[in-house]
Amino acid sequence: MRKIKRIAGNIGFGFGVVMLVAPAITVFLWMLSLSLKNELDNTDYPPVFIPNPPIIDNFVQVFERNNFLKYAINSIIVSFTATGLAILLGVPAGYGIAKMKATKAAVVILIARITPGLSYLIPLFLLFQWIGLTGTLAPIVITHLVITVPIVVWIMMGFFEGLPAELEEAALVDGATIWQAFRHVAMPLAKPGITVATILAFIFSWNNFIFAMVLAGRETRTLPVAVNNMLTFEQISWGPLSAAALLVTAPVLLLTLLAQKQIVEGLTAGGVKGG
Amino acid sequence: MAGSTTTLDGAAAGTTPRRRNNYARRYWWFVVPCGAVVLGTIVFPWIFTLYMSLHDYKIGGGQEWVGFANYGKLVSDERFLLSILRTLYFTALAVIVPMVLGLLAALAFHRKFPLRGLARTIFILPMMATPVAVALVWTMMFHPQLGVLNWLLQQVGLPPSMWVYAPDTVIPTLVMVEVWHWTPLVMLILLGGLASLPIDPYEAAKIDGATPFQAFWHITLPLLAPFLVVALIIRTIDALKAFDTIYVITQGGPGTASETINIFLYLQAFAYYNLGYASAVVVVFFTIIIMLAMVLLWTRARVKDA
Repeated sequence: MRKIKRIAGNIGFGFGVVMLVAPAITVFLWMLSLSLKNELDNTDYPPVFIPNPPIIDNFVQVFERNNFLKYAINSIIVSFTATGLAILLGVPAGYGIAKMKATKAAVVILIARITPGLSYLIPLFLLFQWIGLTGTLAPIVITHLVITVPIVVWIMMGFFEGLPAELEEAALVDGATIWQAFRHVAMPLAKPGITVATILAFIFSWNNFIFAMVLAGRETRTLPVAVNNMLTFEQISWGPLSAAALLVTAPVLLLTLLAQKQIVEGLTAGGVKGG
Repeated sequence: MAGSTTTLDGAAAGTTPRRRNNYARRYWWFVVPCGAVVLGTIVFPWIFTLYMSLHDYKIGGGQEWVGFANYGKLVSDERFLLSILRTLYFTALAVIVPMVLGLLAALAFHRKFPLRGLARTIFILPMMATPVAVALVWTMMFHPQLGVLNWLLQQVGLPPSMWVYAPDTVIPTLVMVEVWHWTPLVMLILLGGLASLPIDPYEAAKIDGATPFQAFWHITLPLLAPFLVVALIIRTIDALKAFDTIYVITQGGPGTASETINIFLYLQAFAYYNLGYASAVVVVFFTIIIMLAMVLLWTRARVKDA
């Protein structure tokens, strides 16, 4: 009797887990399904679920009809530069803040986390017009720093605070400069933290929509902006739209699958989120 | 200030305070480059927005000092006031539902079961996905005639819904997308909390014959309270800030039925180019967010004391 009760409990629990996980995966599967079917199947009612046979025409169309490759390159340049700069600036800053116990600096980072992304855009939009940067990728990279820098500083600050100070102190006693102690002792120890910060900064920069939407011209769009524009101009062609959406989000989904341990670690610690 | 330490002080009080001071100051250069970037891209916009909100500022039309006229206009702008109400309605739903579901999910993932790692990874995929891409797929699913969601409703015997195409269903529908998108973050924060809980109280409760529900109600919930408040704060701020999915799916429509403060702000700034007026919106919006965050932080302090 007790055994039956336990089995029933387990089945109930399993059902609960499936109910929690199912919505997460079905939306992506539906995206995949739409991207592999022709227009006829996509707008059929009742819906066709399994593409039969799957076609890749939609993906071919995405590359042929739009400047997709150019926008992909833009996105890559923007996210890599914004993440790289944030690491270069933010890792030493996180170290400095941790060493100085400068909690006030942390408040600025927190407020930056609270501020809506849109509110940075009005002043920066004008600033870029005055100094004539519009039409290049520079304004987009600079605004993406608003996302990446706080993420990196926040994660690194926490990470360096958690490191034991003895090793660096020993290096300092042996005559190393503080820069050497940072570069050769603290930084190697902080590699896992740097990995987490890099991944999260990259993902939230890649996903960002609003900055490029306001600042980008025809030539400087990033992928999310390009895909949104497709929606406006091609209301009903669901196949190519889904194919484009899938191509945009595939890199971050893959990265999540590969680095889920680090991502979970970073997000649990800080509740970071970009934009 | 830090520079006022004299040799006399140092000699009299021993070298410790001064040395610590110098010790700290040696690290300034680690922070300065990053600080400069933060000043330029984050602090400058805050200050400039305040300045702009006191001007009538139109692109190409120059600027004119108007004092608090923009704020005066806001107070009587019905469209803005309604956008505040919509934002609060959206936020209330988009906080409560993910908190409940996130707690359930965290409790589930805290237990050991086969394929747990895989299930957890799938569960957090939505929050890592590109919002625009996800919003596009939802838009297609919401299609009243051809969308898969109405087909699903039909299968379980429910009448079709207009989803985002009717004023009274648009906000709950957008909340659904938000719940799908951000429940994982709540789950992760609470899962981290559960992992840090001590085991002893549970063992004691088991010996005393407590049911699992009693253990949850009297041990887990109180111990988890600080994490619940953190999740609550983060979720509230993010729900207030929601923009991408709302903009891509409805652009504030139908009519202005889903025009939240953020959408109103976007339209004022970058569709109508009323930059001064939009800056005033930013200041008010920011104040609302900070106020709510303070209330929640105050709650957190109380929870910690209790």
